[in-house]
Amino acid sequence: MSFFQYLSVNREYILGLAIGHAVVVAISLAIAIVIAVSVGVLVYRTERAANIVLAIASTFLTIPSFALFGLFIPIFGLGYEPTIVALVFYGLLPILRNTVTGLHSVDPAIVESAQGMGMGAFRRLVRIEMPLAWPVIIAGVRVSTMLLMGIAAIAAVVSGPGLGNDIFDGLSRIGGAGALYQVLDGTLGVVVLALIFDTFFNLLSRLTTPRGIRD
Amino acid sequence: MIAQTKTTKIPSGPARVLRYAGMPIFLAIVCLVLYLWVSSHKLDSIERSSLNAGFITLHLIQHIELTVVSTAIVVVLAVSTGILLTRPFARWATPVVIALANIGQAVPSIGLLVLLAFIWNFGFWPTIVALVAYSFLSILRNTMVGLQQVDRSTIEAARGMGMTKTAVLFRIELPLAVPVILAGIRTALILNVGTAALATFVDAGGLGSLIDRGNRLGRMPILITGSVLTAVLALFVDWVGGVAESILRPKGL
Repeated sequence: MSFFQYLSVNREYILGLAIGHAVVVAISLAIAIVIAVSVGVLVYRTERAANIVLAIASTFLTIPSFALFGLFIPIFGLGYEPTIVALVFYGLLPILRNTVTGLHSVDPAIVESAQGMGMGAFRRLVRIEMPLAWPVIIAGVRVSTMLLMGIAAIAAVVSGPGLGNDIFDGLSRIGGAGALYQVLDGTLGVVVLALIFDTFFNLLSRLTTPRGIRD
Repeated sequence: MIAQTKTTKIPSGPARVLRYAGMPIFLAIVCLVLYLWVSSHKLDSIERSSLNAGFITLHLIQHIELTVVSTAIVVVLAVSTGILLTRPFARWATPVVIALANIGQAVPSIGLLVLLAFIWNFGFWPTIVALVAYSFLSILRNTMVGLQQVDRSTIEAARGMGMTKTAVLFRIELPLAVPVILAGIRTALILNVGTAALATFVDAGGLGSLIDRGNRLGRMPILITGSVLTAVLALFVDWVGGVAESILRPKGL
């Protein structure tokens, strides 16, 4: 049986795993974006606070994912919960860092002129600073997406959903019929999903970047 | 593509001491708490067979071996490839490498490890190859970015002073690229420590063995010991990398 025959025979099963993978990454990304952008907005004005928050986030990123999943088993049990919590932790840093960098890179003269025009701090943030920082923030989201796609494959260890199940199932059936194909479809499936997500964010970035600062 | 850099401003005075000593002290406290917690438990025979000095040391050493050997190999390979690809005859390669690096990030480490084990073999060397392949691009990309950001006029000035191309490379370009290359090496080191935790699935040992064993046997003390020690090792390695980074950075940059 060739790899393509294998894929067509098992397409529904693989598609199910791929959807599980995509959903768990999308949910975690959404939570990570909300947390990271709000924290970024809160801290970017004070350099000290920004440095502390970034240091904490980068420490989380240093912890190996297998270890973090392991630590979450006694707290959250198995399944979706430890997977999503761990993925949110890993997704925070790139978005947070880019939110702070993006907001810092806004020309202070523009912000001052907005203030001179009578805009309050909140309107300046929403109407001037966020739109200008947006492309940088989206770039951070894209980095997080790539990261989470790969880490989500390890979630199968904590009985999480996703394509990692194919990799670990294949491993446990080594020598069995189609075991190699199963590992291969799990691995390639993650790459394909990552490319789909990346294309989506690339388009989103183009469509949502304010007209005036498009390349 | 922005190079991955972890630049940290070095504070002066007491903050500097805290920055260098803070992490090891914190990690020592974590280990102490873990030890006290485990010793307060009444361990059954299965837990005793894993949670003893001999078993833990064996897997710790395996983990460190995997990390050090793979990082040493990948530094040599990736830095030399990076130098080669930034020479004028290979300029076309840059966008290809950057595109590959972006896709490469999406390949799950566990998939790469298991595929290599299936195609080649289980054990130490296939795992090393997987670790090298997985961390190769982070150093390659930073080497290329680091070399390309060197000011062209500096290179031309050096050439004008009569330096050969080789002398320019070793005395001007590489020293100026060192901070970015070091940041890439530190990233690779962290990737390798993390991926080595998965080596247990392809029979190459490491601290991941404790996590996996604790998980499969439902023994929380083993699971937590393995997870905490893996995290402590990774944070310690990152700390060593950070200290090395600030020592090795050429003065004046």
